[in-house]
Amino acid sequence: MKTKFTILTLLALAALVAFPLIGSTDVLHDPMGREILMKLRIPRVLTAFLAGIALAASGMIFQALFRNPLATPDTLGVSGGAALGATVWMRFGAPLLFAGVAGASIAGFFGALGTVLLVYGLARAKSGFSSATLLLAGVAVNLFFSSLILLMQYFSDPGETFRMIRWLMGGFSVVGFTTPINLAVFTAIGLIIAALLTREMNLLLTGEELAGARGVNVDRTKKLLFFSASLMTGAAVAFCGPIAFVGLMVPHIGRQIIGSDHRKLFPAVILLGGAFLVVCDGLARTLLAPVEMPAGLITSLLGGPFFLWLLLRKA
Amino acid sequence: MNNAIQIENLVLELNGAPILRGVSFGIGQGECVSIIGPNGAGKTTLLRCLLGMYPYKGSAKIGGTECRGYDSRALARQVSYVPQTHDIEFPLAVYDFVMMGRYPYLSALSPAQKQDEDAVERALQITGTEKFRNRTLRTLSGGERQKVYIAAALAQETPVILLDEPATFLDWRHQTEVMTLLKKINVECGATILAVNHDLNSAAHWSDRIIALKDGRTLFTGTPQELIQPAPLETLFETAFVRKKTLAPASESIVDATPPSRPQERQKRDGGVASTL
Repeated sequence: MKTKFTILTLLALAALVAFPLIGSTDVLHDPMGREILMKLRIPRVLTAFLAGIALAASGMIFQALFRNPLATPDTLGVSGGAALGATVWMRFGAPLLFAGVAGASIAGFFGALGTVLLVYGLARAKSGFSSATLLLAGVAVNLFFSSLILLMQYFSDPGETFRMIRWLMGGFSVVGFTTPINLAVFTAIGLIIAALLTREMNLLLTGEELAGARGVNVDRTKKLLFFSASLMTGAAVAFCGPIAFVGLMVPHIGRQIIGSDHRKLFPAVILLGGAFLVVCDGLARTLLAPVEMPAGLITSLLGGPFFLWLLLRKA
Repeated sequence: MNNAIQIENLVLELNGAPILRGVSFGIGQGECVSIIGPNGAGKTTLLRCLLGMYPYKGSAKIGGTECRGYDSRALARQVSYVPQTHDIEFPLAVYDFVMMGRYPYLSALSPAQKQDEDAVERALQITGTEKFRNRTLRTLSGGERQKVYIAAALAQETPVILLDEPATFLDWRHQTEVMTLLKKINVECGATILAVNHDLNSAAHWSDRIIALKDGRTLFTGTPQELIQPAPLETLFETAFVRKKTLAPASESIVDATPPSRPQERQKRDGGVASTL
């Protein structure tokens, strides 16, 4: 187990150190390159790393809450809700108040929280969280939110529409450290809450009734976990767009390596999630260099088949 | 000394529908008791009230204190639970699952202590599940898994253990093994055991006493010999029972139910109107 964690830590560190240096411009040997490294590459890699952590950890939390390995920010429609919240803010809120990035995150958080409570209520009303109910509820909610987002785009001017579409594809084109610092604050709050509840997440896997009988304060635990996962999903989506499937793939790979015990799975998911998105973003930047693709495209291309494989294997 | 469980006029409504309409009984420390009754009698709901899951009216005390008066961890040090169904989507290891029974003794950041590990080892040993410790729950058979669930409840080291139909989905051999194991836990560990049981034969064989619930009320409490008679059973289940043998070794069937017959025939066979308890 120790060896596994050493390898995961080295992997995450290697990704953080190596990927700012990789790209279409040589960043080490001329002043212009160094400027790119400091103002673009390093903030970008940090943003990807933090978004990866936030989305992967949210996925793991949702899977424990819904007791279903297919529950993720994407499949539940939570990313869609966050995207809607953030879009509403960008379209209507930001011009009114201040153009701060934190505003979109908070709007994304409320979008995410509202969605997760809605889907949880729907799935629960149908007694139990069967994969079918969850996924169908998620699909319906996602479609509904996408339509609302499209509606807003339809009534925006072309420049704004382009920005929204570009953002919806998911990516980490940031300048300077404002975005990574803001994202770090939201992610850190979510992670601290989840870190204190790893034992409770283990117990939730056995069912709410049994968890309660073992002494878990189920209602409080669920509220805190909903808050934590919504905060992280909301912030990641608001800053980087709805980057799909990270919350599905990373916890699954983590379980294959570490097992289902959240006390060990949680740190593993953090390391893996961060490294995973840094690598995906690296690929997006370099595969067709000098043309850059949004990282969200890479995760979707990987995640779609992965999801189908999981679904088929389960059945 | 307080009774292990003392219930007085317990009433519970869920979504406006009355589920329990006045249940009263007491269970002494170290007793082994079965709850029987037709579907919908409120048996599982009663267990959940004792686990502090529902805001009941009336009184339900465990160890002399009202269940709703405990905080969740303190209650989990008094009473443990083995649920009816085991559906876990994730590959949990047996050892980790049994260690979850130690939850009420652990704080958020402290790792398991020596006494927790010892409790888990004892529970695995008593239930004969040490050999599965590194397997995942999903790879076990129904009977083996039930023993692991009982081990987790044992690791919780509570004076009272509640079980919801512990043997219902098992084959005959595993039913016997599980019930024998529960009796052993009752005798050797001194735990008070209260189990919902649908199998009248097994309830009669291994319980000190039986409590019969019907329509959310206590219909009967007494020894198996008193209850396993055609008349009380007919009142309870509204079907005809034929007594085959006097109370005898477990391998022999005590009662056989026959499908409901026309009232006149049933009266004739029983030699009169069925007594109401």
